[in-house]
Amino acid sequence: MTLLESLLRAAFPDASVVEVVDRTGGGDHFHVTVVSGQFAGLSLVDQHKLVYAALAEPLADGTIHELRITTRVEGP
Amino acid sequence: MNDLQTEVRNVIEGEPVALFMKGTPQMIMCGNSKRALDALRRAGAPVTTVDILPDPAIRQELSAQSGWPTIPQIFVKGELIGGADITEELEASGELERKLEEALGTDYRDSREEKVVSLV
Repeated sequence: MTLLESLLRAAFPDASVVEVVDRTGGGDHFHVTVVSGQFAGLSLVDQHKLVYAALAEPLADGTIHELRITTRVEGP
Repeated sequence: MNDLQTEVRNVIEGEPVALFMKGTPQMIMCGNSKRALDALRRAGAPVTTVDILPDPAIRQELSAQSGWPTIPQIFVKGELIGGADITEELEASGELERKLEEALGTDYRDSREEKVVSLV
């Protein structure tokens, strides 16, 4: 499991999908997808803020140069 | 309140649609800023852009106010819409145009113009 994946798994333990794609192969441009019940009732802005919070450290220290985020609410 | 704090707030709250980006529409310095601008243009939004690159303090102040860590950031009537991913997502679903109509009126496309604001 990559660092990003383990951070997301820890922040969204219920998630049915945690996917991390290294978009360029360079290890700093990522597209993460999270499907979690934690997003229920939240706006997309607040959903993405939860993802940013989970990845605050690699965002701050430059590990992540660019981040794309897709979030979905876990279906019933 | 310092000047930059006020200036950032004035753009967010005063402009119908504000896009904080890397570069200007004439010289875009980041792919995500381009994605956001393109989506706003397709929706016919009257976009006011602010280049955050000239001074790192702009980005710091912006993120302090919005709670959003990355660039670009898009605001409609003072409300944070999100970054490039959300803007594209909303544009694809038709939600972006609906939001713009709700915030700016159904004739918002008529006033379509682009404006560039410099904060330094």
